[in-house]
Amino acid sequence: MARVILKKDDYKKMLEHARELAPEEACGLIAGTEAREESGIVRTVRKVYLLTNTDHSEEHFSLDPKEQLAAVKDMRESGWKPLGNWHSHPASPSRSSEEDIRLAFDKNASYLILSLMDKDNPVLHSFHVEDGISTQEELEIEG
Amino acid sequence: MKITVSGETKDVADGITVTELMEQEKVETPEYVSVSVNEEFISRGDFSSTKLKEGDTVEFLYFMGGGSAA
Repeated sequence: MARVILKKDDYKKMLEHARELAPEEACGLIAGTEAREESGIVRTVRKVYLLTNTDHSEEHFSLDPKEQLAAVKDMRESGWKPLGNWHSHPASPSRSSEEDIRLAFDKNASYLILSLMDKDNPVLHSFHVEDGISTQEELEIEG
Repeated sequence: MKITVSGETKDVADGITVTELMEQEKVETPEYVSVSVNEEFISRGDFSSTKLKEGDTVEFLYFMGGGSAA
């Protein structure tokens, strides 16, 4: 598992986008750097990508592959590593659903879920998913 | 021949197909992977008949999705 560090501005960008798209789910990618420290892996998010949810659904999301490709190229050009993805749960808690777990193919990724269930108190958590088990990671919003 | 796979230059057999490259690269859960060659997405049904050429740029993109439904 990793500790994830996210800049406050990037959190706000994610939140604003998710609020704009609600009640549909919003989604995107995160990229940055990864360091192995004594305490474990630290993932520092340098950029949050806002991608189209091609499902346009209140309960599902799929990233647009063309936008995904463009984001991957941007990460590569910037020297960043793909760190995972994020999506919103407009009306449910910040926890991995069965579908989130089933479709989490990368055990080396962080999966961020932003809950807008309480409109005034959004909740963002990061999860590690491996062997069908989702475990909450430490997430630090800084700056 | 040389091609670029996910940003890395690789030596592969002449005329290798997308399916063969996926096997060679040990792509996991290939049913959830989209493939682009020179930024054009290849239909899944064409993976086995699409032969790669010298200098091609190939990207494997894992499907990313999920949702709040249980």
